[in-house]
Parts: sequence; structure tokens; C-alpha cells
Amino acid sequence: MHFGDSPEEAAFRARLREWLRDNNPGLPASSTSDDYWRGQAAWHHALYDAGFFGLSFPEAIGGQGRPSVYEVIVDDELSAAGAPPRPSLGYLVQGILEHGNQDVQQRLLPGIVSGRTRWCQGFSEPDAGSDLASLRTRAVRDGDEYVITGHKVWTSYSDDADLCLVLARTDPDVPRHKGLSAFAVPMRQPGVEQRPLRMINGITKEFGEVLLDGARVPAADMIGQPGEGWRLAMTVVSHEREPGELGYVARYTKVVNELVGAVRADPDRHGPEAVRDVAWAAVEAEMLRLHVCRRLSDRLDGIAHGPDGSIDKLLMTQVEQAVGHAALAVGTDSSLAVYLYSRAQSVMGGTSQVQRNLVATRILELPTS
Amino acid sequence: MDVRLSPEQIALRDAAAQVADRLGPSTVAALDDRERAAKLDAAVAATGWRELRVGTDDGGPLASGVEAAIVAEELGRGLADTALIGPTLAADLRRRVGAPPAATAETVVLRPDLTTLAAVVLPSATVAGRLPSGSPAVDVQGATAALALVPGPRPGPGPGPGPGPGPEQCALATIELAPGSSATPTDLTRPVAVPGEHAVPTTVEGQVELLSTDDLDAVTALGLALTAADLVGVMTGAVRLATGYARDRRQYGVAIGSFQAVQHLLADALVATEGSRSIARHAAWAVDALPPAEALAAAAAAKAYCARAARQVCEIAIQVHGGIGNTWECLAHVLLRRALLSADLFGGVGPNLTRVLDHRGIDTGGSRALR
Repeated sequence: MHFGDSPEEAAFRARLREWLRDNNPGLPASSTSDDYWRGQAAWHHALYDAGFFGLSFPEAIGGQGRPSVYEVIVDDELSAAGAPPRPSLGYLVQGILEHGNQDVQQRLLPGIVSGRTRWCQGFSEPDAGSDLASLRTRAVRDGDEYVITGHKVWTSYSDDADLCLVLARTDPDVPRHKGLSAFAVPMRQPGVEQRPLRMINGITKEFGEVLLDGARVPAADMIGQPGEGWRLAMTVVSHEREPGELGYVARYTKVVNELVGAVRADPDRHGPEAVRDVAWAAVEAEMLRLHVCRRLSDRLDGIAHGPDGSIDKLLMTQVEQAVGHAALAVGTDSSLAVYLYSRAQSVMGGTSQVQRNLVATRILELPTS
Repeated sequence: MDVRLSPEQIALRDAAAQVADRLGPSTVAALDDRERAAKLDAAVAATGWRELRVGTDDGGPLASGVEAAIVAEELGRGLADTALIGPTLAADLRRRVGAPPAATAETVVLRPDLTTLAAVVLPSATVAGRLPSGSPAVDVQGATAALALVPGPRPGPGPGPGPGPGPEQCALATIELAPGSSATPTDLTRPVAVPGEHAVPTTVEGQVELLSTDDLDAVTALGLALTAADLVGVMTGAVRLATGYARDRRQYGVAIGSFQAVQHLLADALVATEGSRSIARHAAWAVDALPPAEALAAAAAAKAYCARAARQVCEIAIQVHGGIGNTWECLAHVLLRRALLSADLFGGVGPNLTRVLDHRGIDTGGSRALR
């Protein structure tokens, strides 16, 4: 067991630290300001072009094929430099790697990894939230294409996206989990309308609605086989629940560092309760960093798509909300936005209640009622 | 970076688990089975797990903090009623001053608030002195002696060694322990003894070097890492106990574990346990791998997290057991009691959040001496 860097890892860390000295775009956190998205694409391109993004993805799709633990180094250094976190899209890559055929992988994945193609994820619907398998968006075959009609919601970054990973019903005559398929649907076409939703902290990029009215997608851009959509969705969401895949540790640590700095700069302004909240936020963020070290080390034995992501998601939520409470207690310029955003963490990617159901039944193997 | 347990570490964990499962108390009544307890004690003695921090020829310990924590976790999980953490810390202290390993079973003395190692109060410039009233020796099963600190000379102006805490360097004193204390202990598996107020310490024999502040930080980090590991073990045991009960116990014609209200309690308990495992593992590694001040900060963060989590998890274990969980015969309270003591040793939530803040440069007005 070793938490330290190997010589190769140390060299990588030094190179990244050096690069960040001149290349930190100083964007606000994605959770607190829409301004982040004005610079997000350039940040993704810069990270990727300098060799600091997609480290653990296969070389065949533009990654570097390194062990996943390199992502820990990236998160460490980004937060230490006060730089924005790495783009959160590893879960899409994992889903397409696991379920897409060779042709789909080669055509679609390099663009996601390099950031040259922007993606969003269209799973939830107004009447299919936690109960995702009840979704009603339909995809009907028409020659070499599918025609898609439906209503997606909570589609993050949908206004920036070129493609949307849409989950749609292709077979209404089989049990509901078996009739779903997944598609990479082009966003910029007449059958797609995108509407932003305003979150409680005022930002408009996190939630979006996508109306699909006769949107067309080539049949070759189905990800996986017809009827494989549910399994693909489960792979995607299992990784969407992993902070190691999302890079969120860097976001939390960055906020904690700012809060510690604020208290240190003016200790008399902050009462003991606020200081205690900051201490807890620091401990929680550190716990998550180390939990990610453990989970990404486990990947040295091979990547798993199991239910453990639900434990990670619940830990991540606890951290995000502890950081949110500390921000509120200390009161910096972005505190209210940080705090209000944190309330969504126990809902997005599957509510905390759903995660607890999964932990209880799939990990603790308690009986289902 | 690779924080998986090595094959050797997995073998050590399995061996410790086997001893704990075979000879640890599997019921509350078994706590009174002296024959069993003696067998457990003999088995742990035979493995050499209490000597993992004894010095080797190069001055380093026989095994790292990781190995010591692996054993502590498994013995905690199995509620092993035998000494481990006390003797391990005593061996580490002896190694650091270059003193020979103890001839008889030995443990350490903490200050009355349990947060730091106790220092003998010196009335004058002699080594004779006494412990602050109420300083407990911990983990005393079978131990006949305990180690306490003796403040060394202070730098700067002023006459020789002064009273009270705040030494830059320390030597060690041994204190003879009287057998057993009579009060009902917090932890039913590990008694604590309070040496008589007038127990006269003597310095350890042989040519010894003084302990530096760095050494003290490192020993404290080890104490925190081992008690955190014990807590992770206790939490693992509590989740296992309560999950088993929830599968078996039937009400309304079904297992209570099929109710979401019960499932969510147990899910929360497992999540708290796994977060604790991740942060405690790092603390154990940091003891030997990071500079002492960093190791202490890592251990303090882990201990704060595990102390809070352990109480929550053990309380859930009691709740899931319903009325039975509130009876003496249910093991859930034995787990909770062990968690309460392990949380307090070297400080629980408050003192360790203070250490975390200290390390981040936020002054909380707490004492920085002899952390």
C-alpha cells in the first residue's frame, strides 16, 4: 500500500504543476457561474492538448492508457493551483467503451476525449426521473435512420452540446427494461429544441430541457445493440456516481482552500461554529480524495461497473453539502451559490434515497420488499 | 500510487481476522470466559503483533504503521479483549529513544483528558516526580508497567526543567501498574487503569536519547492511526451484526431488512464505514511515509472522521436491533463502548479538528504543546 508518487508519477506531477503556472484560465466554478462555460471548451482543449486530460482512457480513442490513479494527481494539482476541475465526462466514455461497437468507438470517442465534440446526456424525462425505465421517448426506424420523439429534462450543458446520448424506447412490446436503446443524436438539427432551466442559485447551464420532435439519427449511431439501452444506462450512471470519474475532488478542495484562506485572513470575523464547519469541510474533502485514491487503485485489478458507485455517490454528496454549509457559514462572494448548488447533489445522478436502496439491496444484500 | 493491500498485507489481515473470529468474544457472556480470553491473549502474544514497532538494527520499526493498523482493525472488528495498541505504542516509544524492548508487558500513560501522552510533573530538577492526578494507563490487559514522558531541558532562558507541559524534548519514565481498577469500564473489552497518584516513575534503563517534538508527533500520529483503525474494525463488526439481524428478524410477516426505513439506516452505516476505511488507511501509511507534522495532520483528520462515524454506526446497530439492542446481552453495546473509548484515546472529534485547523494555519487558541 503506497499513497506516494512513483518516479514516473512524480515527474508527471511536476510537469503538470509547471504547466499550470502559465495556463490557469481562472474560471469561476461551474457550479456557481454560467461564465465558466464561456471558457470551458478552451480549458478542455488546453488540458487535452498539453497531455493532461484523458490519461486513463485507451490510446486508441485519444487517451494515454495510464493507470487511473493519474487522475488523482490531476485533481491534486488543479485544486492546489486554484484551477478549474477537469471536464466531467468520463462516465460517457466508460459507457460507450463498454457497450459501443468498434465503429462507434472509433468515430465518437476521440471527439469526446479531446473536447472537439461536445456532449450531453438525455436520460431523464418529466415522468421518468428515479423510475427511469418508464421513459416514453420513442425511436422509430426509418430506412438507415431512427426518428426520435420525446421530452428530456435535467440535460446538463445541452445548449453547448453537439451530440446527446439519448435513451429511447425502440420496442414497446417487450418488458420495459428490455425495449430501450441508446443513440448519439445530433443536437443541431430542426427536430431538436433546447430550453435552459434556471437553478435555485441562478445558473442556467446545469439543467436543461430538450424537446425531440422528429429528430433524426443514423442507425449506425446507435450505441450497443437494440434493447441494450438499459444496460448501457446503468453502466453510465454507475460511473456518473464516482467522484474519480467526475473530477469533483478538485472542485471541493478548491473551495475548501478558499474558505481556509478566508478564515486565516480575518480570524476574528468568524465564530467557532463557522471555523468548525470549515474544519469538517476540510476533513470531508480529504476523505473523498483518499477514497478516490482507493477506488482508482482498485482499478489496477480491472475496471468494474458494479454498485459500489452508490457508496461513492453518497460520500460525495455528504462532502459537497458539508462544503456548502461551510461556505454559507464563512460567507464569501460565491458562498450562497456554492451552498444552493450543493442541494442538487443529493438528487442528480440518482437521488440519495435511490442510492441507499441500491447499497442496501445490491451491496448489503438485504431482501427487497 | 497503489493503495491496495499487498499480498503479504492481505495474509496478515486474514491471520488477524482468524484469531479474532476464533478466540474473540462472540457473545456478551463470552466476555467472562477467562479460559477463552487467556487463549486469545496467548495467540496474539505468539504472533508477535504487539512487537511490530520494535526497532530493528537500522533503527526503523519491524513493520510499518500499515501492518500495525491492519491488525488493530481486525482485532477491533472481533472485539478482541486483549492488549494491542498500548504495547505497540510503548514499543514505538522505546525504539525512538534507543531503549531496549520492555522485559515485561507494558503500555502507555495518557493525560487525564486522554488527548496526549502524559508527562511526569517534576517538582525539581530531579527525575523523580509524579503523574498528574487521573492520568490513565490504557489497554492494560496483562501489562505490569506503563511509559510516560519526562520533560527534558527547555531551551532559552530560565532555570532547568520546569513543571507542566511544553517541553521541546522528552525522556521516558516507567511506572509500575497496580492490578485492575474496580469501576465498570466504558469499554468492556479493554480495561484502563489509573496509576496511583504517588506512583514514582523511574527513567528507562540503558543509554537513551531524548525524544524530539518530531518523535512525539510521530508517536501521536501512530496512536491516532491505530485507534482510527480499531474504530474502522468496530464499525465493520457493527454493520455485519446489524445487517445479519435485519435479515433474520421478522415483523409484519417479513424480514425487517426489507423495509426501506431500516435499509437506509444500514446503508448510511456502510457508507460511513467505507469513508472511514479510506481515510484511516492513509493515516496508517502516513505514520512512516510523511514528515511527522504531516503524518499528525493526516492522522488527526482520519481520527476526527472515524470518531464521528463510529458513534453513528454503532448507534444505528443498536437501533436496528430494537429493544434487544438496548439489553446487556446484545453485542451492539459492546461495540459502541469500544468505539467510545477508542474515539477518546488521543482525542476524539474536537481535539482532532483543532489539530487539523492548526495544521492549516488557523489558530484556535488551543495548546500546541505535546500534541
